[in-house]
Amino acid sequence: MVEPDHHRFDTRALHAGQRPDPVTGSRAVPIHQTTSYVFDSVDHAAGLFNLEVSGHLYSRISNPTVAVLEERLASLEGGVGAVCTSSGQAALHLAMATILHAGDHIVASRNIYGGSHNMLNLTMPRFGITTTFVDPRDPQAFGEAIRPETRLVFAETLGNPGIEVLDVAAVASVAHDAGVPLAVDSTFATPYLMRPIDYGADIVIHSVTKFLGGHGVAIGGVVVDGGRFDWAGSGRFPTLSEPYDGYHGITFTEEFGTAALSMRARAEGLRDFGACMSPTNAFYLLQGVETLPVRMARHVDNTHRVVEMLDAHDAVSWIRHPSHPTHPDYELANRLYPKGAGAILSFGVHGGREAGRRFIEAVELASHLANVGDAKTLVIHPGSTTHQQMSAEDLTAAGIGEELVRLSVGLEDPDDICADLSRALRASQKG
Amino acid sequence: MRFEVAGRSVHAATGAVTIDRADAVDAPLVVLVHGAGMDRTVWSHQTRWLAHHGARAVAVDLPGHGHSDGPALSSIAELAAWLGDVSDALGDPLHVVGHSMGSFIGLEAAATFGDRIASLVLMGLGASMPVHPDLQTAAEADDPLAADLMAGWMHGTDQKFGANPTPGMSMTGTSRAVIETSPGGVLGLDLAMCAAYDGALEAASNVTCPTTVVLGRLDRMTPRRSAQPLVDTLGHATVIELATSGHAPMMEDPDIVRSALLDHLFPVAI
Repeated sequence: MVEPDHHRFDTRALHAGQRPDPVTGSRAVPIHQTTSYVFDSVDHAAGLFNLEVSGHLYSRISNPTVAVLEERLASLEGGVGAVCTSSGQAALHLAMATILHAGDHIVASRNIYGGSHNMLNLTMPRFGITTTFVDPRDPQAFGEAIRPETRLVFAETLGNPGIEVLDVAAVASVAHDAGVPLAVDSTFATPYLMRPIDYGADIVIHSVTKFLGGHGVAIGGVVVDGGRFDWAGSGRFPTLSEPYDGYHGITFTEEFGTAALSMRARAEGLRDFGACMSPTNAFYLLQGVETLPVRMARHVDNTHRVVEMLDAHDAVSWIRHPSHPTHPDYELANRLYPKGAGAILSFGVHGGREAGRRFIEAVELASHLANVGDAKTLVIHPGSTTHQQMSAEDLTAAGIGEELVRLSVGLEDPDDICADLSRALRASQKG
Repeated sequence: MRFEVAGRSVHAATGAVTIDRADAVDAPLVVLVHGAGMDRTVWSHQTRWLAHHGARAVAVDLPGHGHSDGPALSSIAELAAWLGDVSDALGDPLHVVGHSMGSFIGLEAAATFGDRIASLVLMGLGASMPVHPDLQTAAEADDPLAADLMAGWMHGTDQKFGANPTPGMSMTGTSRAVIETSPGGVLGLDLAMCAAYDGALEAASNVTCPTTVVLGRLDRMTPRRSAQPLVDTLGHATVIELATSGHAPMMEDPDIVRSALLDHLFPVAI
């Protein structure tokens, strides 16, 4: 059987979305640090503003450097297109704002990043959009929570901080049976480890800040449009399937079909809400994406070494990573993540909250900060930081105990990472 | 837009401009016809622009494709007759802009129902369209591999890298999604009828309407050389060759195709 004629993943990570600059020959992606673009003519300008022709008109809506990153991420995820945003949270908001109205309802995993939980649980209700949270390990729970006014199912492919593994195909099937799309935050997985669109997800969101960038120097987000959901056939998404006065009566599904979501997200969402990515940040983030395959392979290898070390350490009460046989999703992770289920893990320190605090204070190589997916190893205590706004009840429901430490395994020599953690664990027991 | 042809509903994009508006009765009626397994959206770079530049633009979903009622038709001759019915339904001769299989449909219609076809713009075609047997097998099995193969072969070398004219969009990703989401069985049927159609040269010899042929030099599905017998037979056609286009010039070089459409329509109809 003949093979499809596409560049493979590692090649696309370096090249997709860019051809060398035809004027200067520049091999690297240039930083187009400009707000605006000269029009060829009045007719050309009118065509750009009216979505008759493609191109750049103002960098809030599109920019050549950002467009390279968008096309590259769309290619790596297997989507039809992508829209980059100023942050991962802006990406989640953009996806929701593009398809939801006041009165709509979301069914979401309860085990998600604290900031996303806040947005869904506290902020969006002020705009008339409510959310029911369910156990991400129970695909039927998503279906049972879907109401007539439900317009979105949302989950993380690898939960935060418990690394619950989402059965993407099962949840997508439940959502599609109800005529609702599945959006996933796949920040912890990256397309190198798993491509959710291949399993039926319709929208993929990333904090590009994390593993995709990998260096911890730039904030950014992206909405990748899978292009397979039948927005018009569903009949529940008038922003995409009914005429829009914002562009002289255009109907996005009629004119753009599979690209309706990404076209509306850019044409309305970036135009009106304005949470665009800067070209300089896009440049920084592109440097990271270029090495994503080799970095993720090393992240995963180092994580397996750290899991082995923690597993044997007396100060560790439990470990939560899908590569560990005690993880409830061990089998599912082996099936969905043959290259490894990411480099984020959590563990408990014997001695509870105080021992956890002593551990954090004792690490020297690992950095204590509110980020993951950096080239450097990072640790944090979610109960007092990223998830502090959650009630004790919500924390328990999300599986976050007071003793939980979240670890983002970096690219240092694994012997040095293990030595640092082991020494800090010993220190944690000397209270 | 929806309209009826032979009792079945046809869906089309019109650039959000109604074609029966009072100030457009004399505007050329341009019907854009997609290729195998595709739909109206392959013309998204042209439809809305034409609608705002003096034409009545109608990018149709062929029967059984996109949002048009089925069943899908099973021969180029049947689809050419259907295109004649479209002209009757819309009330004017058509300026047909066809891509790949859509070019064959336009060509056959112009040869058979010349009074209903005002002019032709044909792109992504040869005198014949043989189909790789692995592609045909995958298409008949509704195997996603078929979409993957077509998306890989459809575009010129540049699109292996990208830099889509539409910011943030992946051209191969979009083509793959359009084909993947086409109704079951349709791609296999379309490819089989393309491979079976052997009337292109005879049809070309009977075409008298103004004709423009747009050819991509990087076309791997219908290589440039395979179009030459057709160009020679048409005789009178204006030929535009695009150095960087593959099989889908309307997506790969949208600015040049829009310009070609303007040049084609102005002396003919405006």
